[in-house]
Amino acid sequence: MDALARNFFNVEIMRAAAPLLVKGLAMTFVLCLVVVPLGFVGGLGVALLGTVRRRFIAWPLIVYVDFFRAFPPLVLLIFIFFGLPFLGLDLPAFAAVALAFLLNTSSYYGEIFRAGIESVGSGQTEAARSTGLTRLQALAYVVVPQAARNVLPDLIGNTLEVIKLTSLASVVALPELLYAARSAQAITYNPSPIVLAAAMYFVLLWPGVRLLSRLEHRMLVSHR
Amino acid sequence: MTDLQRFVFTFFNVEVMARYLPFIVQGFLLTIELAIAVILTGLAGGLLLALVRAAQVRPLTWLIVFFVDLLRALPPLVIIVLFYFALPYVGVRMSGFTATWASLSLVLAAFAEEIFWAGILAVPRGQWEAARSTGLTFTQALAFVVLPHAVRLTIPPLTNRAIAITKGTALGSVVGVPEILTQAITGQSFAGNPSPLTLGALAYLIIFVPVVVLGRFIESRFAWKR
Repeated sequence: MDALARNFFNVEIMRAAAPLLVKGLAMTFVLCLVVVPLGFVGGLGVALLGTVRRRFIAWPLIVYVDFFRAFPPLVLLIFIFFGLPFLGLDLPAFAAVALAFLLNTSSYYGEIFRAGIESVGSGQTEAARSTGLTRLQALAYVVVPQAARNVLPDLIGNTLEVIKLTSLASVVALPELLYAARSAQAITYNPSPIVLAAAMYFVLLWPGVRLLSRLEHRMLVSHR
Repeated sequence: MTDLQRFVFTFFNVEVMARYLPFIVQGFLLTIELAIAVILTGLAGGLLLALVRAAQVRPLTWLIVFFVDLLRALPPLVIIVLFYFALPYVGVRMSGFTATWASLSLVLAAFAEEIFWAGILAVPRGQWEAARSTGLTFTQALAFVVLPHAVRLTIPPLTNRAIAITKGTALGSVVGVPEILTQAITGQSFAGNPSPLTLGALAYLIIFVPVVVLGRFIESRFAWKR
């Protein structure tokens, strides 16, 4: 019990490591502020392209989405970070992470938006078009608002996943929260900083997890 | 050399690939082994937790909700790092394989519990009442009436979640599990050429493209009726 307290919940070590961890947390925030909107916009692009019913667009799009959904994000990141320099494309860690996340998360967001657009009946589009709205106007003012509501839980869930995935950036030595915690552990020979980082992740993400659970249950009840 | 030749020489170097293929194949088999182990223990754990929760004993429910929330909020890589780098300090030592398997199983169990529980809730009350009124016990009603309904509803989300978490096997590379990614990175640094990475990427595609396509099929087949 004493060993547990000394090694995992060592207040002294946690206090010493706190400044480093807070810096890491700030980097995690910056990372999220870049990769979440990037994936969101990319996904919206993927979904909107998906509404175009032309084979030469639809098929490459499915290949793109399935290709990047099949790749573990860490593999994609390693490939970009360690592979591309051989072509003379030396990306800094942050750019490599942003690119890997864009490719990966835009596929996931794209699938969610697509499911949302499909969940809105075609009668809605037809009615909107018959009132004189253009295709784009109908999509923007009639379909997308309803679609967004239908897939809100999936959107929140995916965003939580993306935030958790930012911890992968530690593998390419980007000083975000997990990387900071591991550095602090290496310096102090004590794993308390990792426990502290885990606590920070939990505090950061738990409200989202709770909200998601409630939304999912509410949706379930309304559908039964 | 033209640009194309240089590109092929860099990423699709046949000679380098041939040399490192056996290692990638080893990693490939280990990844599949790890993935199957995670899916089996994760789903079984999730089902067990959902069944315990169905008994609606307050303290147990709270414990389960806390466990589920915790594991849904923590990044899997953080859990793996905790298991592998932190637990040895209190005398619990495990291999990288065990740490990765245990972490991913726990995460999958947490997500699966939520999905199974949602499935159980989605079965209308009348089904419960009818089953009980024919003389089935609580456990019998759960096992023979409610679960078969619930499982059907849960298949699409479970498939997607299992795929997503199985891809986390690549995280094992951080704790030295000799799975595909580890083998590919090692090969790349020995060869001074990224072709082993290409090979590793192909190995992942061989595993996961069929799985993603299957997931797509299952999703349209068992779709929730809105």
